[in-house]
Amino acid sequence: MDTDRLLLALAADNDHRPQPVRTQLAVALLVALPVAAAMMLVTIGLRPDFMAAMRNPFFDLKFVITLALAIPAIVISVHLSRPEAVLGRWVWMLLLAPFILVGAIIAEMMMPQRSPMMTRMMGKGAMLCTAAISLLSLPILAAALWALRQGAPTRPAFVGALAGLMSSGLAATVYATHCTDDSPLFVAVWYTIATTAVTALGAFAGSRVLRY
Amino acid sequence: MRGRDDEEWTDLMRSANAGDGAAYHRLLKSITPVLRAGARQGLSRAGQPPDQAEDIVQDILLAVHLKRHTWDAEAPFAPWLFAIARNKLIDALRKRGRRIFVDIDDFSETLPSEPPAEPLPSVDIASHLGDLAPRQRDVLQSIAVENASIRQTAEKLSMTEGNVRVALHRGLASLAAILRED
Repeated sequence: MDTDRLLLALAADNDHRPQPVRTQLAVALLVALPVAAAMMLVTIGLRPDFMAAMRNPFFDLKFVITLALAIPAIVISVHLSRPEAVLGRWVWMLLLAPFILVGAIIAEMMMPQRSPMMTRMMGKGAMLCTAAISLLSLPILAAALWALRQGAPTRPAFVGALAGLMSSGLAATVYATHCTDDSPLFVAVWYTIATTAVTALGAFAGSRVLRY
Repeated sequence: MRGRDDEEWTDLMRSANAGDGAAYHRLLKSITPVLRAGARQGLSRAGQPPDQAEDIVQDILLAVHLKRHTWDAEAPFAPWLFAIARNKLIDALRKRGRRIFVDIDDFSETLPSEPPAEPLPSVDIASHLGDLAPRQRDVLQSIAVENASIRQTAEKLSMTEGNVRVALHRGLASLAAILRED
């Protein structure tokens, strides 16, 4: 088939036009999030004192931090799905979550505490936390990569890493409704370990499946 | 040449997105020689013979087609096009195991004063048609090689027009995937 003939075939296919990446990613996440939430609810469930915990600002802050991680990753991954897009100043948005986390650690340090720092950092469910966030991330990561495959990223591994960040951020948001360790120190260590692992997995998968 | 061509391309792509197949065909015909010149320039810069340029051009055109929903209709068309072209050229050179010297400007500096780049005979994606599912291959053969319309193809193959469209799109997507893994 010479190139002129290929052009005929492409032109004949003009009526087939996929949805924009942002729409596909939104659909994928709206499908995967309930799956992750259901996975958690039927296994470990909400923390028993969920309603009371909502009055504790450090409990609420966990959701702020995890969403401050997930939302910029979603926005930037959609942006970078355009081949000509450059990261530029968008990258600063990724520092929002670490920034809030450091602020929270400092705030907690300035308050009188009943338990020593190491105890708060190690928490009660460190292993469960890391394992649960990693596992809950998987359906979200798969859905995110599926949607981002519709894009044309110039840097597939980086966009894959963003898929990892968004899925671990969203999985951590889900897990935070179970987690009884509210210290920002605990979040900084155990949530971060899970996030790092899932982000590395996303980068690896992205370098393979997001090439076009 | 960037300015005028780009405006024309942007307009054509907008019409294409609004469903104008003829505008889309015009756009593809207009970008092809520019892509061809850029691919040859990139190959020669990497010390490669230019006879593989046509493969790269077809690879770029398939990617342009399959990824055109990532073009933002508010943005100019040329930067988007050249970004895809550059990515594909880099991939192609990398596959050939060459060190990459793709200059940012291989695709944007193509001068109109150059003689119009004609395709060179080469092994092209025709050789991959055999790897497709039979339905996809028949539809692509009919539309691309025999220049039949969707309706004629549907009659000839006793398919619905909808099924012809689906097979055509899947066939193009499979071709792109085969080229990528190749």
